[in-house]
Amino acid sequence: MKQLLSSPAVRMGLSVSIATGLYGISFGALAVAAGLNRWQVQALSALMFTGGSQFAFVGTLSGGGMSALVAASLLGIRNAVYGAQLNGLLTPRGPLRLLMAHLTIDESFATTMAAGTAREQRRGFWTAGVGVWLLWNLFTFIGAWAGDSMSDPKIWGLDGAAVAAFLGLLWPRLRSRDAAALAIVCALVTVLAVPFTPPGIPLLVAAVVALLMHAVGRPSAADRSAGQSSGVGGSPE
Amino acid sequence: MSLWGWILAGCAVAFATKLTGYLLPSRWLESDGFRKTSSALTIALLSALVATNAFASGQTLAVDSRALALAAAAVALWRRLPFLAVVIIGATVAALGRLAGLP
Repeated sequence: MKQLLSSPAVRMGLSVSIATGLYGISFGALAVAAGLNRWQVQALSALMFTGGSQFAFVGTLSGGGMSALVAASLLGIRNAVYGAQLNGLLTPRGPLRLLMAHLTIDESFATTMAAGTAREQRRGFWTAGVGVWLLWNLFTFIGAWAGDSMSDPKIWGLDGAAVAAFLGLLWPRLRSRDAAALAIVCALVTVLAVPFTPPGIPLLVAAVVALLMHAVGRPSAADRSAGQSSGVGGSPE
Repeated sequence: MSLWGWILAGCAVAFATKLTGYLLPSRWLESDGFRKTSSALTIALLSALVATNAFASGQTLAVDSRALALAAAAVALWRRLPFLAVVIIGATVAALGRLAGLP
């Protein structure tokens, strides 16, 4: 145990778990404010288990179930990229792959990539994956309970909390100028599309614009931020 | 489909996406093109979510207390405050804006 706690990857995994788990409070409260009951909120944290997609799901729910599903699913695509890299690195076999897939998120990927040796990578993955899952669900529960006891979420500024949460998720991905430019263009396009399209559609318009910019443009936003997008840095370009 | 239906569908797609990474030949998903596309999509969607949550009320645009929350959150992030503090600041500023009579 002592030996395990002296492992840098385990320590990093634990601190990442606490930091990430804590903001499960904001997810729980926002999800209840968006109209989900506490079981539904908990189901998202336990089963969807990918923070950005969960926030997107409840943030777009007012536009209908389909727009929530599409927004959450598109945001989850990066997890496939993480999965492929983790699979190459940790080479899991059989049913273990299912469990590892479920625990594949920004934080477990970043912790694994930050570790030096194969053994440390494994420790980092499992500490961050299991740790975030446990604390994320615990704090989701607390947040949903807190949100449930607020009569009018607007008085408490919960809609302001949602804005701050999305900006907080976006911020670490804006390290390059191109990434920032892409973000600004997409925000503008979204705002312009709001009056002319049903809720949920402006997001898809932004996604299409990003793909076009990416396909047409000179080395676009993602080029320089791709390797850093999970906050790890140093992954091969 | 009921709300439960959409939730479970969303969970199924999320898991399937993650599992894809472990099952498909890695050269597809680890190709530069796919990585960059997925990174650009992530930035685009998060940015669009910031914009709609800050300025949209259904199909109308509005500048209200949420815009103050956005500005305050940006300052908090620029000052490198942790995520949870940023969220609390966003909520507090929006609540204060309403208390001061802004929509």
